[in-house]
Order: sequence, then structure tokens, then C-alpha cells
Amino acid sequence: MNSLRSRVGWGLAGLAILVYTLLPVAWIVSLSFKEGDDINNKKFLPSHWSLDNYRTVFDTNLFTSALRNSIGISLIATAVSVALATVAAYAIARLQFRGKRLVLSAALAIAIFPTVALVGSLFDMWRSLGIYDTWIGLIIPYVSFTLPLSIWVLSAFFREIPWEMEQAAQVDGATPWQAFRKVIVPLAAPGVFTAAILAFFFAWNDFVFGISLTATDAARPVPAALAFFTGESFFQQPTAAISAASVIVTIPVIALVLIFQRRIVAGLTSGAVKG
Amino acid sequence: MTTVTAPPGTGDAGRDVRAPRPARLSERARDEQRLGWYLVAPAVVVMLAVTAYPLGRAVYLSLYSYRLTDPAAKEFVGLRNYGVVLTDSLWWQDVFTTVFITVVTVAVELVIGFAFATVMHRIIFGRRTVRTAILIPYGIITVVAAFAWQYAFALDSGFVNEWFGLGDKAWFSDRWSALAVIILAEVWKTTPFISLLLLAGLAQVPEELQEAAKVDGASAWQRLWRVTIPNMKGAILVALLFRTLDAFRIFDTIFIMTGGAEKTESLSILAFRQTITRTELGLGGAVSVLLFLSVMLIAFAIIRGFNVDLGQVRGD
Repeated sequence: MNSLRSRVGWGLAGLAILVYTLLPVAWIVSLSFKEGDDINNKKFLPSHWSLDNYRTVFDTNLFTSALRNSIGISLIATAVSVALATVAAYAIARLQFRGKRLVLSAALAIAIFPTVALVGSLFDMWRSLGIYDTWIGLIIPYVSFTLPLSIWVLSAFFREIPWEMEQAAQVDGATPWQAFRKVIVPLAAPGVFTAAILAFFFAWNDFVFGISLTATDAARPVPAALAFFTGESFFQQPTAAISAASVIVTIPVIALVLIFQRRIVAGLTSGAVKG
Repeated sequence: MTTVTAPPGTGDAGRDVRAPRPARLSERARDEQRLGWYLVAPAVVVMLAVTAYPLGRAVYLSLYSYRLTDPAAKEFVGLRNYGVVLTDSLWWQDVFTTVFITVVTVAVELVIGFAFATVMHRIIFGRRTVRTAILIPYGIITVVAAFAWQYAFALDSGFVNEWFGLGDKAWFSDRWSALAVIILAEVWKTTPFISLLLLAGLAQVPEELQEAAKVDGASAWQRLWRVTIPNMKGAILVALLFRTLDAFRIFDTIFIMTGGAEKTESLSILAFRQTITRTELGLGGAVSVLLFLSVMLIAFAIIRGFNVDLGQVRGD
């Protein structure tokens, strides 16, 4: 086989993958720029491009409050999950203790748990605890369900760290704190970061908890709010507004993917678990 | 799930001192044991608080006739709720729909995912671009993806009917065409995950083996089935396990596209409808417990049936 020809062949196959991944994204972007009746023009592209839909969604409390909720809840849940997972993964990677295997098995069991089977009980429990329809009421389940992936990614990562470098630095005269901060933190940071991105994706994507454990815009995150656009909103064309809102919440995803491509791939395959 | 391989002890030489293990743990080993528990305890408590306890509660409530809007009428009914669910044809219809979606989705994804993994493995021009683009469906919100595909096939706003000259085909008013669109959206969104796992598996297949088979005159098809696939069996099985269990709990896409109409309801939608929409925590609890048991059964069957070694892909 001619090498140039095979290179071009694989390049064309790569192009097909690009079309596959980007076509629906391009479609929703295109929809979001269609104005008024143009939304039903049955063509892929708008007849003329308009920013009206974006103005509409940013003018409505329904979307802006949901966006605020989504950002706040996802970031807090990610931070808490990664902090707990870092401590647990350190113990799993470096210490000998009975029950280690059990912790990893429990994490696996939770990763495959059908979340819908829990929302009935959680709905009832959260109401009696008074945290139904609050940020904390969503943060708690998000933390629990991102922990398995974070623990797996981080313990796989921590096992690769040459921990003896910490002692080497101390032999060379560094204080324990300096050795930790200057040697261990830079080595561990990429793993922590990877776990954080994957945890954020989970929280940002969640729909089941979002619609079950919220009732108003006090805590309702974007995916849940999008589902309610159709019913209760006053938009003449919910399609256009939903498209514009969808594009806005996809921007952070694309930004993270573009910047951290390598880390995300490494994390997904090293953990071998999806959140 | 006993096949999970615990990570081995680390390269920390100082900890191997107590290798000849005495009957009682040394003080140092005991301290280490205790520290280990302290460090994993917060994570374990949070994980169990939101899963084990509510599940236990669902089991308890499933033995009662209990509707949230009428708490006074709560009454112990034993296993009657399970009887009601298991003799209802709706339950079995939803079991069929869910299994159908799972089997078709996972089968299609394994094939496309393998093709994508091969391309990403071999491609030279634009390697990084393709590996970045593949992450977009993975990262995109499922609800957003569901809306995008729904609008693409919708009668009023869609371009699909126009592009393929299908006239006024109403995709969402027939069970099978609605399921086809639901499966398409699921496949689009989750194939990247499978293809990345398979790519990691492909990278572990020794190149010399491929060359040797080629020299011995094996065709490309024979090399695929006799060399490549057997050597990445671990990655394939892990991908199969996680995607099957994930596909089985399908909820978001169906909720957005049809809401379960036209007999497209999955078990997750049924459980949601009983517990949240109708606040029948008793009957809904029974559906939830049965859903949980189904997932555990499938996980057990795949892990035992294929002897999945979950340590393999993690590179232990």
C-alpha cells in the first residue's frame, strides 16, 4: 500500500469522524440564529442570521437563574468531590489497610447505580430535611455520584507518582512543607485536575436529580430548566430559545475539551469508569 | 464485583519492612491501618448516604401502599406492590423497550466505536483534531443533544425529511421510528466513550504481532479477528460492561423526545413517573427496587459470564 495514499485515506476517515461529531452541534448553533418563522424553513442554515434568540434567553429569569444555579452547584460539587476523592485516593494508593478492596468495589457499584431508583426516596427525605429545592440538595447527590470516578482516576494516577522524591528533597534540606508543596503538589496537580474536569462534566450534564429534587428557579439547573421551557414559558417559539440556551451551555464544554483534550482522554481510560 | 483488583502497594520501600507478618500487627501497621480508614471514611460516608440509605428506604416503602399526597392512608401490604408491577403488561412492555434500546445501542456502538478507534490509532494528519472533536459528544449535555436531534427530525423545524426527500414523515408518532431517533441520539452521544476505551486497548496490541501475521500471509480480516480483537479483549469487555449498564438506565433522551409516549417508555421513565410525578412512593419503590435488581443482575452476568478483569484497562 502506498504510504501517501494510506495517509490520505486515514485522513478522509478522520474527516468523516469530524462530520459525525460536529454536525448536530452545527445544527443547534444554526437553529439558534434563526429568527421568527425562519425556524421552520426546513433548511440547515438560517435565511438570515439574527441574535434575537440570545437576547431573549438572557432577558428571561428562567434561563439566567438556571445558568447561575448550574454554574454554582457544579463548581461546588466538583470542588467537594475532588477534595474528598484526593484524600481517599491517597490512602488507597499509598497505605496498607484492610477494606481497601471494599472501597473500590463500592465505588464501582455506585458508578453503575440506576440513579432513577433513588430519586423517589431522596425526594421524600430532602423534603423532610428541608433541603428540597436548594443548592445543597443537588450538591450532595452530585458529590456522591462523581466520587467513584474521581477516586478511580486519582488512585490510578497517584500510584504512578514517585513518592520517594519527597524524601529526597528533605534529604537535600527542604522542610516537609516545602517538599510537599514544591515536589508533590506539582506532580499530583494534573491528576486532580483531570478528576475535576470529569466530575464537572457529570454535574453539568445531570438531568435526573435536576428535575426530581427542584421545584422552582431557586435551584433548578439548566438541563432541567430547558425541559420546562416548552411547557410553562411565554416564548412564542420555544425551539429557538432552547437552541440559544443550549449553545450557551455547550460553550464551557467545548472550551474544556479544547484546552484539556489529553487529560480528559487519559482520565477516561485510566479510570475505565464513566460517571 | 469481586474481580476488582486492589491497587498494589506502592514503591515506598519503607513500608515493606513488616513483610514477615507477625500474628499481631505492629504498632506502625496499626497506625497506618487507622489512618487509611480515616482518610477514606468521608468519601465512603457520602457515597453510602445517598445510595445505600435511600435504597433501603425504597425497599421499606415498597412494602407499603403509600402515596405522598395521602400519608394517612399508609398501609403495610407486604409484597403486593411487586405483584402489581410484575403482572402489569406495562412493566413488561417497558422491560422490552429498555432491553431493545440497550442491545441495539451497544451493538451499534461497539462496531462504530471500533472503527473510530482504528482511525484515531492510524491517522497521522489531523490526529489531535480528531481526538479533540470526539470528546465533544461525550461532554455535551445529554438533554441538549436530545433537543438537537429532536429538532433535526421534527416536522416543523427539521431538515432531515427535506434532505432525504421523506416529505412529512412524523418520526415521533410511531413507536419504531421514534425508537430509531432515540437510539441514534444515544449512539451519537456515547460512542466516543467506547471508542476511547477501545483506542486504549488498540495501543496495547503489539505491532510486531500484526507484522508477523502479515508476513505469514494473514488477510486484514484474519488479522482483525485472530490478532487484534483477542489482544484487546479486556478493553472490549470493560467498554461493553459500562455502556450496557449505562444504556439500560436511559432516561434523559426519552424524556425530552417523547416523554415515553408511543410505547417508548424505559424502566427509568416508569420509575420516575411512579415516584415523582404520581408520588406513589410505595408502588414506585417496588419499580425502583426491581430496576436496581435488574442492573445488578446484568452487571453480575457480564462480569461472571465474560470473566471481566477490571484491572486490565487500568494498566495494573
